Amino acid sequence: MTTPRYKRFLLAVLAWAIALIIFFPILWMALTGFKTEAAAIADPSFVFSPTLESYVAVHARADYLKFALNSVVVAFGSTLLALLIAIPSAYSMAFLPTPRTKGTLLWMLSTKMLPPVGVLMPIYLLFRDTGLLDTLTGLIIVYTLMNLPIVVWMLYTFFKDLPRDILEAGRMDGASTLQEVRHLLLPLTLPGIASTGLLAVILSWNESFWSLNLTSSDAAPLTAYIASFSSPEGLFWAKLSAASTMAIAPILVFGWLTQKQMVRGLTFGAVK
Amino acid sequence: MRLHHTLPVVGAMTFASLSASAETITVATVNNNDMVIMQSLTDAFEKAHPDITLDWVVLEENVLRQRMTTDIATNGGQFDVMTIGTYEVPIWAERDWLVPLNDLPEEYQVDDLLTSVRDGLSQDGTLHALPFYGESSMMYYRKDLFEQAGIEVPKQPTWEEVRDWAGQLHRPGEETYGICLRGKPGWGENMALVSTMVNTFGGRWFDMEWNPQLDSKAWQEAVSFYVDLLNEYGPPGASSNGFNENLALFSRGNCAMWVDATSAAGKLYGADESQVADKLGFASAPIAETPKGSHWLWSWALAIPASSDSKAAAKEFITWATSQEYVELVGEQKGWTSVPPGTRESTYANENYQQAAPFADFVLEAMKSADPTDSTLEPSPYTGVQFVGIPEFQSIGTQVGQMVAAALTGERTVEQALQAAQRSTERTVQRAGYLD
Repeated sequence: MTTPRYKRFLLAVLAWAIALIIFFPILWMALTGFKTEAAAIADPSFVFSPTLESYVAVHARADYLKFALNSVVVAFGSTLLALLIAIPSAYSMAFLPTPRTKGTLLWMLSTKMLPPVGVLMPIYLLFRDTGLLDTLTGLIIVYTLMNLPIVVWMLYTFFKDLPRDILEAGRMDGASTLQEVRHLLLPLTLPGIASTGLLAVILSWNESFWSLNLTSSDAAPLTAYIASFSSPEGLFWAKLSAASTMAIAPILVFGWLTQKQMVRGLTFGAVK
Repeated sequence: MRLHHTLPVVGAMTFASLSASAETITVATVNNNDMVIMQSLTDAFEKAHPDITLDWVVLEENVLRQRMTTDIATNGGQFDVMTIGTYEVPIWAERDWLVPLNDLPEEYQVDDLLTSVRDGLSQDGTLHALPFYGESSMMYYRKDLFEQAGIEVPKQPTWEEVRDWAGQLHRPGEETYGICLRGKPGWGENMALVSTMVNTFGGRWFDMEWNPQLDSKAWQEAVSFYVDLLNEYGPPGASSNGFNENLALFSRGNCAMWVDATSAAGKLYGADESQVADKLGFASAPIAETPKGSHWLWSWALAIPASSDSKAAAKEFITWATSQEYVELVGEQKGWTSVPPGTRESTYANENYQQAAPFADFVLEAMKSADPTDSTLEPSPYTGVQFVGIPEFQSIGTQVGQMVAAALTGERTVEQALQAAQRSTERTVQRAGYLD
């Protein structure tokens, strides 16, 4: 059965409209970054004479590269650590479940339901006493723990979809658990692992509560960089837009480059 | 993916981040224009003090306040200099969280600081923070519109007069609104203005026994006046307008009048961001029953937390950034309308400043006449003009601010809003032990 032409056309129009609505705030932010502060607060218009003055001002105020490097280290470092912990956990839950596995999985997810501010004080005190305040190590630990429930859940779902016979065949051939994981499980579920990793990177990149509260200068990532351009007194929209554009540019490019893997991973095992 | 190759890099970067140099001081501040100028003069300070380097943490006011409170309450020691306001200084000083500043060098000329500001930053007569800039509130208006309508504005207008003028000048079809006022809820947003209105209408937050007075006649009158005025002659969506939104509206020529911070004057006179620079008039903040508490007093100040490891270097910095020498440096390098206002008598005596800022004397008078220790018609147990100097006020002010905003949007009547505000304030002060 083929879809009628007019239906396909309508679907395409709808898809474009939705995509434009979602993309519009980002486009507007990018445009505002090229306006003067006076033009940024004037009546909304697409017609204006572009200027780089906001980018120059933002660059003069803060060292973008330092913040960006911190974001890269923290996002990728925490994702790597989360995957290292989550792969064995998800493996044991998927292939060697116990009666408590389901409960453990639900409990892990329930930690995501707690508002982070509820544990700010204990974590702040722990970090103060262990010297982890304003360090990349500290932020990597927090982000790893923050993303771990989602990473374990996603990997568990991908691993569960893998036919057990394949692993059993490997075991029949004398493969150890480590070899089984390395040579069978990981290559076969790589799209899933990759998309989980990408999601964890994006979540860490965008996280702002912990990064603002646990860092001051040395380990501050791009979220702190953006926060420094908002103000209760004075005009700042153009500079804030320029800073935000620079902050999301790397992850936008990263997302663009990896979108195929992302979609492949997220739909992995969806059609049986 | 060769993940194992990236591990050593991550590790190396992590360890690199752990090392810190000896005499670097971390300054936490807000992203207001005056602070941005201070940050841009880092080189001048470091040149004069080669043994000290400055590290800046600039954040939005609410985020910064939460961040600094967490750090100072847990003795975290992340910051050597903190930017705080007249509200926090006495409360934090009482808890011994701040370094007392009683041995300032003679060349600092502590007597040159405005008395009202100095008192606001002192606890038991000892300064605990040095004022970076100060502000009061006043009324801005469009001279051209007032001249066209044949209205002469006295130096000290009343709220009744303001309402009449707003009615005459309100032309929503031409996107010119009679008056712009803060409507965004928050203790530092709509409640800063509403508190001064309540004061001048003869009201107060608490009586001498700490009984909340929000259901009193004065509150009812003041809030009803504010709600009616803004609904009848204000811009659309006034309940989401704070300082910035109103600054944008007024500088685009959309408001005939605006009552807000004196610190906006410099921005409104700056021709590059303001379309009303050549038609700007100003008057004192309007009064009603009493002039007491009709204009607020606020100061952003630099303080040294007791948890800092570099107190001496931090003190070097804050005495520099709040000195007369700094004011002159800003005047020469950035222009005289950019100098931090409202802190020193000498700034207002400076001819360059007087020439560049025609509003200077006006601001000075407003700053001097605002008295945080006597801002209500009937006696009150607290200090502060637009706030109550107790730790619980942040929560009280924000809750009441939300109720007032609800009255403004028509979600509740003024009476319902004030009754709800009275109940929630009673609960808070009772729980905190002010009331039996």
